[in-house]
Amino acid sequence: MKSAQFDSRFGPYLLLLPQMAVISIFFLWPAAEAVWASFFLEDPFFGTRVFVGLENYVTALTSDDYARAAWFTVIFTAVVTLATLGIGMWLAVAADNVLRGNNTYKTLLMWVYAIAPPVAGLIGVMLFDQHIGPLVDFVALFGHEMQVGVSWWDTAIAMMIVASWKQIPYTFIFVLSGLQSIPNSVREAAAIDCRSSIRRFWTVIFPLLAPTTFFLMIVNITYALFETFGIIDLMVKGEPGNNPKTLVYKVYLDGFRGNDLGGSSAQSVILMILVLALTIVQFRLIERRIHYS
Amino acid sequence: MTEKTLVLTDVVKRYPNGALAVDRVNVDVNAGELVVFVGPSGCGKSTLLRMVAGLETVTDGSIELAGRVVNDLEPAERDIAMVFQNYALYPHMSVRKNLSYGLKNRGLPADEINRRVEEAAEILEIGAFLDRKPSQLSGGQRQRVAMGRAIVRHPAIFLFDEPLSNLDARLRNRMRVEIRKLQRRLNTAMIYVTHDQVEAMTLADRIVVLNGGRVEQIGSPAEVYGDPASTFVASFIGAPPMNLIEVGIEAGRAMRDGVALPLPPSHDGALPAKAIWGLRPERARVGDDGNGIPFTIDVVEELGASRLLHGRIGGAEFTLQQDASAPPPSQATTLLIDPRDVHLFDAETGKAL
Repeated sequence: MKSAQFDSRFGPYLLLLPQMAVISIFFLWPAAEAVWASFFLEDPFFGTRVFVGLENYVTALTSDDYARAAWFTVIFTAVVTLATLGIGMWLAVAADNVLRGNNTYKTLLMWVYAIAPPVAGLIGVMLFDQHIGPLVDFVALFGHEMQVGVSWWDTAIAMMIVASWKQIPYTFIFVLSGLQSIPNSVREAAAIDCRSSIRRFWTVIFPLLAPTTFFLMIVNITYALFETFGIIDLMVKGEPGNNPKTLVYKVYLDGFRGNDLGGSSAQSVILMILVLALTIVQFRLIERRIHYS
Repeated sequence: MTEKTLVLTDVVKRYPNGALAVDRVNVDVNAGELVVFVGPSGCGKSTLLRMVAGLETVTDGSIELAGRVVNDLEPAERDIAMVFQNYALYPHMSVRKNLSYGLKNRGLPADEINRRVEEAAEILEIGAFLDRKPSQLSGGQRQRVAMGRAIVRHPAIFLFDEPLSNLDARLRNRMRVEIRKLQRRLNTAMIYVTHDQVEAMTLADRIVVLNGGRVEQIGSPAEVYGDPASTFVASFIGAPPMNLIEVGIEAGRAMRDGVALPLPPSHDGALPAKAIWGLRPERARVGDDGNGIPFTIDVVEELGASRLLHGRIGGAEFTLQQDASAPPPSQATTLLIDPRDVHLFDAETGKAL
């Protein structure tokens, strides 16, 4: 594109302005506020604040509670991401075998995606309801009484299952369309070259799905870290007690329930830095090994 | 008796929706022979090839490869190697890995795999880009890699599915010659599927002309060209196609709009009242010995080495191909035709009489 196409040299900036305004108002400004607030101890009732330097960070990083939440977040994110990817991919491969060239079924399966996420989350929570939840009844068959919201482990497992369950259709749709974009002839060439369909999947199909898988991994990690807030909130029913919580949920608890705005801000800044680092590592390490053809 | 590499017996392919793609086809491929399946799109030639490869199920009949029936074997268990129209290279693998993938899966030792890959790379002159990815190669190079992947397998038979149709015309001509040389050199049987009758004529030891899922004719290029079994073969093989004119047979003469056309000498006997009269465009010449057939020229096409004269005999369209060195005739002229060059087909079935 030639710059001569713009009459004024401010033209391009003018076109960027709406986007920049949105980013500034909804991301840069709040982020700056958070960074600023993280250096203060704030009185939530009288609006006075005391500059405390890095003390909020030190408190957060040295507290047992924070370490527990961090540890749970790592496990939770890993389990949810892998379970979602694994099960979503498995379902997509199974569907793809039936669906090759059959658009009617494909469209029908796409409808799953149209269910509103909060509805899906609520249904998931109801499955683990103490009184009417069929999954609680199911587990009872094996002699274990599930107490979601009371028992740490029961809550943790239920959270992971519901969080994965809600994200599987999304993964499924993307993997399915990724699979359908692999040329038939490549599959056929592989069928001639390799007898074992399992080996064919891991040596040909899976590598060709790598861009999709990489994209979904990032999306699913982001989902598990941040977007599961609603599910966790529904599960612990506003009574966090000693229930498992993720770092994002802890930011909310400390800030809005505990009224520790400075500490909460420090925690969100730490999260921001973690996510930034994670994204850089992911792109550097994994994308290098991915074959966009 | 020559050894048969492939024997197709009454092979039928019927799709679940009832469409009949291949209808009782019987074809043999001898050891070391290059057989071309040719026909218009939808004639079943690719389906038939894919049935041999095991990529399509066989509804009925038997496919016997190197002495054993392979109907129910997986593609990888059949001793075949296939080259696809769009090459179907593995985009995430280097050229070397593309070639060795099938061998590795068959558990060949590493040094044998290397030897075969190097050998194929030398034959096809792709040694310089063994470590590149397919996306870094040109169309012609990809084509060679696809052939390399077939060669390293040392299969009983090569299956080529329209391998040149994605190349430009110049490259296509060159690769055609190379495929022929390669097949001679390896002396391995090959089925080559194409819709291009020039490829069929130039490559084949034998041509199988398919139409609507049925075999129209099997024969050497010379037989199929010189003695077509039906009007379909006559018009499909040869460019420009054979002139076909509907005629009435009256008193031992073929009549069209009051013009008498010569009949082939072997057919003076019982002939139907109506027939289709056929003559290759290069088999007539301009001239007059008193019995010349009147020919009105509409359009002249200069092709360099030859010239096409499009016109009419009576009301029927007729094309004459003559040497460019011959003097260009005037608009209305007469043609001389040797009766031995004339073909006669049944007006109803199109079969040769």
